[in-house]
Amino acid sequence: MAEFRLPKNSRIKKGKHFAAADGASNVRQLAVYRYDPSSGDNPRMDTYDVDLDSCGPMVLDALIKIKNEIDPTLTFRRSCREGICGSCAMNIDGGNTLACTRALDEVKGSVKIYPLPHMPVVKDLVPDLTNFYAQYASVKPWLQTRTPPPPDQERLQSKDDQELINEPAACILCACCSTSCPSYWWNSDRYLGPAALLASYRWLVDSRDEATGERLDELEDPFRLYRCHTIMNCTQTCPKGLNPAQAIAETKKMMVERKF
Amino acid sequence: MSLRTPLNSVLGLGSAKDGTSHFWGQRVSGIALALLGSWFAFCMATMPGFTHADAVAFISVPLNNILLLLLSAAIAYHSYLGVQVVIEDYVHGHALKLTSLIASRFVHTLLAVAAIYAILKIGFSA
Repeated sequence: MAEFRLPKNSRIKKGKHFAAADGASNVRQLAVYRYDPSSGDNPRMDTYDVDLDSCGPMVLDALIKIKNEIDPTLTFRRSCREGICGSCAMNIDGGNTLACTRALDEVKGSVKIYPLPHMPVVKDLVPDLTNFYAQYASVKPWLQTRTPPPPDQERLQSKDDQELINEPAACILCACCSTSCPSYWWNSDRYLGPAALLASYRWLVDSRDEATGERLDELEDPFRLYRCHTIMNCTQTCPKGLNPAQAIAETKKMMVERKF
Repeated sequence: MSLRTPLNSVLGLGSAKDGTSHFWGQRVSGIALALLGSWFAFCMATMPGFTHADAVAFISVPLNNILLLLLSAAIAYHSYLGVQVVIEDYVHGHALKLTSLIASRFVHTLLAVAAIYAILKIGFSA
């Protein structure tokens, strides 16, 4: 049955407090989830007072400052710091988003930071995305054709056809959407989740792809596709402003369309 | 520790090649319920009274009888599909899940047949 309370060794305890240096005038508090599976300890919330006068404007800037100057044991993923790599996806102020594109002044009060929900935690803010990436791979996210490519040029696409894949192709696979979906929380072993289904849709509507039927066959399943109950957390939380819920609805429409 | 690859776990037993009929059935029965439910609500709002005799008089009108039969069948079918989703969402043990699905099917069938029997009995005996 579904579990409505965290297991005993997952319950979050109060952690350490790191006060700001003397003389800091513009202080903001960050409460950060800390967990080290190898220690055997329960997770805890550490609080850090960060001097914003010597810190960049984004949540990621504050995390980097903490790691560099206050507590080097803090672990998180980051790379591009401009919202295109998807590495720094985490739960900030109750919503999944990218730490590099969420400004500190958009959050009221203490900035609460957790890893992406309902995923195994590798350490601190780093979730284990193995299953998520395998789900992405399972939808065969590449062009499949039977017609050989023209010998002297690439496969062409009209402007209108290109616009169909423009938005779904902008997904950066940060996993914010899938890990915000309650249906994915309960059934991530069998439900593909909004990110993989958006990736699948990107190829379903690609005018050059010739495997639409086979792709729909693979999705024709009570769990893989139809665990989506149109909750729409995915669309609300997407830091790139994409609409996975609509892509899933369009996929369901294709399923019905080919029946009649 | 499993030595299966992550992709192997995700692919599992493969696609069930089913799901759209459930999705479509839920929508079609939903439309039917919107129409039949509106009719039923209108009838209840305009009933002259709610005595046993009023109810029997209402049910024995042939059109009412037929629409009530359809309403009962649609409610049972739509409810069964909905409960099935809830069970599949939240019940994860395989044996318990199958038992719950079978029990739900039996209970919904029983309720539908009981309702249909009652409506027909009143319709034919009045």
